[in-house]
Amino acid sequence: MTFDLEFFNIGYLDTLSYKRTFVHRLDPRVKILVSFAFILFVVSLPKYELSALMPFFIYPVFLMNAGDIPFKAIAKKVLFISPFAIFIGIFNPLLDTEIMLTPFGIPVTGGWLSFFSILVKFILTVSTALLLIAVTSFPGICEALERLKLPKLFVIQLLFLYRYLFVLLDVSLRMIRAREARSFGKRGKEIKTFIRLISVLLVRSIERAERIYQAMLSRGFRGEIKVLRRHKLGYRDIAFAAVSVSLFYIFRNVNVVNIVGETMKSLSK
Amino acid sequence: MHMADALLSPAVGGAMWAGTLGTIIFCARKLKEKMDEKMIPLMGVLGAFIFAGQMINFTIPMTGSSGHIGGGMLLAILLGPYAAFLVIASVLIIQALFFADGGLLALGANIWNLGIYPCFIAYPLIYRMIVRQNLTPRRIMIASILSVVIGLQFGALSVVLETKLSGITELPFGTFLLIMQPIHLAIGLIEGIITAGIVMYVRSLRPDIVDDLEGVKALTSGASLKKVLVVIAVLAVVIGGAFSWFASTNPDGLEWSIEKIYGKPEVPERTNPITENLAKLQEKTAVLPDYSLPTKNEQDNNPAWPAADPGTSLSGIVGGIMVLGLVLVFGIGIKIMRKYRAKT
Repeated sequence: MTFDLEFFNIGYLDTLSYKRTFVHRLDPRVKILVSFAFILFVVSLPKYELSALMPFFIYPVFLMNAGDIPFKAIAKKVLFISPFAIFIGIFNPLLDTEIMLTPFGIPVTGGWLSFFSILVKFILTVSTALLLIAVTSFPGICEALERLKLPKLFVIQLLFLYRYLFVLLDVSLRMIRAREARSFGKRGKEIKTFIRLISVLLVRSIERAERIYQAMLSRGFRGEIKVLRRHKLGYRDIAFAAVSVSLFYIFRNVNVVNIVGETMKSLSK
Repeated sequence: MHMADALLSPAVGGAMWAGTLGTIIFCARKLKEKMDEKMIPLMGVLGAFIFAGQMINFTIPMTGSSGHIGGGMLLAILLGPYAAFLVIASVLIIQALFFADGGLLALGANIWNLGIYPCFIAYPLIYRMIVRQNLTPRRIMIASILSVVIGLQFGALSVVLETKLSGITELPFGTFLLIMQPIHLAIGLIEGIITAGIVMYVRSLRPDIVDDLEGVKALTSGASLKKVLVVIAVLAVVIGGAFSWFASTNPDGLEWSIEKIYGKPEVPERTNPITENLAKLQEKTAVLPDYSLPTKNEQDNNPAWPAADPGTSLSGIVGGIMVLGLVLVFGIGIKIMRKYRAKT
């Protein structure tokens, strides 16, 4: 089932995040903030804007290439997940039929323009989120969140969640396999069976939490956990942030695509 | 259903992030006050449990397709509202990063839609009010179904409002509502039955550990609800106010009001060299030029809002009174509930 495969991909993105490249070594705080700025600049473009979105592809492409992330890993996820944007966007061509452009004599309605604008924005923002985790690692994100002054308690339980995610996924995979082995076709998937299976998983999880707590106590836990700080804000980080944000600013305020198009035109004359 | 960045405007996304961050900080403070150190590993492991549990699927009755649990309400029932909100937020953060569910800007809205309503409306106002101190199967069943359904209805409504306020979609408000609400009613019914089933079965398996969990303990000890109620009061006033504002205007309430507020033609500027240069300068220095709230059909020459048009101002007045009425009813409700609590 595709949904299950998505879960295994957590492990794949996790392995990617331990590479050692320029972007992997950047301070996670900088990466989070720059990616947020990127998304804000992208979604702030007007709804019928399509050409001005194009220069923004530079950021995900940079992260992907500088971070040595395989294109397939990202593209597959972007193409296949979250039908919501497409589902809602597909109504635009049906409802907004005002003709806005006629390039080469082909009438293009506002609805199609805004639909493609949604699609492009979707690809840009979603691939950036995936690339952010692929070049940062989850503990890195948590470190950044803590240093960006999010409550420590929140960050610590987030780290716990991530650590035990893989453990509990294994437990539930074993349960699924056991169910498959004991049932044919659709049987064994009734709500009643499901409730019992998941209840057992829940009890096991709570018991595990108790054991973890006792193990922590025996190792001297007194309600205080230090979050590892591996990164330092260096001149590379500042340079990366300055260059990228000023690029976004230029792309947002100067119609780069138009300028390029005009120069090409005048050159061909 | 998860919102996506591509359908959000920066203003709506930012506002939802602000609300979500505020609630995270508030919940963390609340938990720290009466911190039970056991909670930290428990929260983390239960968050991981939600993921692991979503791997196991079941057949949805009558449709034959398979589904998996959401688990928000289950967390609220087990952990209590504050811890549950933090865990739901964590689960959604991981989903946004690893599954690209929506994106980073929409994450604030998603946490709000899937976290606030089960934790701060459905759990305290519905689940606790129905179950109170007697954890009988029937009460748990009714309470879970009702609270999951209502939590999800609020969530779906928020998705519609946030999307419409962002103005990227052309889908009319009413149609959008008619798509979203019934789907989430069906999802809510099934999720509610499953949630109740899990709570009851787990209690029969290991009553010792389950009754010790924060959310369940709060019921049996009859702890004070006052502080939770204050939070809900603030939320309800905001939501109720916003909702009655949309509902009380004309059929396409939302589009209409946005257009009236932001879509009116600009006041013609007198041309003089200084203002012209200033405007140019401003245009150059603005970080997000020509960004404004959505304006559809600006050429529509409807009167600016609030116009003296008798029809519109009437609905404005009615809406205003409705909001005040809601606030008043809510205030009285809290007072009555407090007295009731004090007596028992």
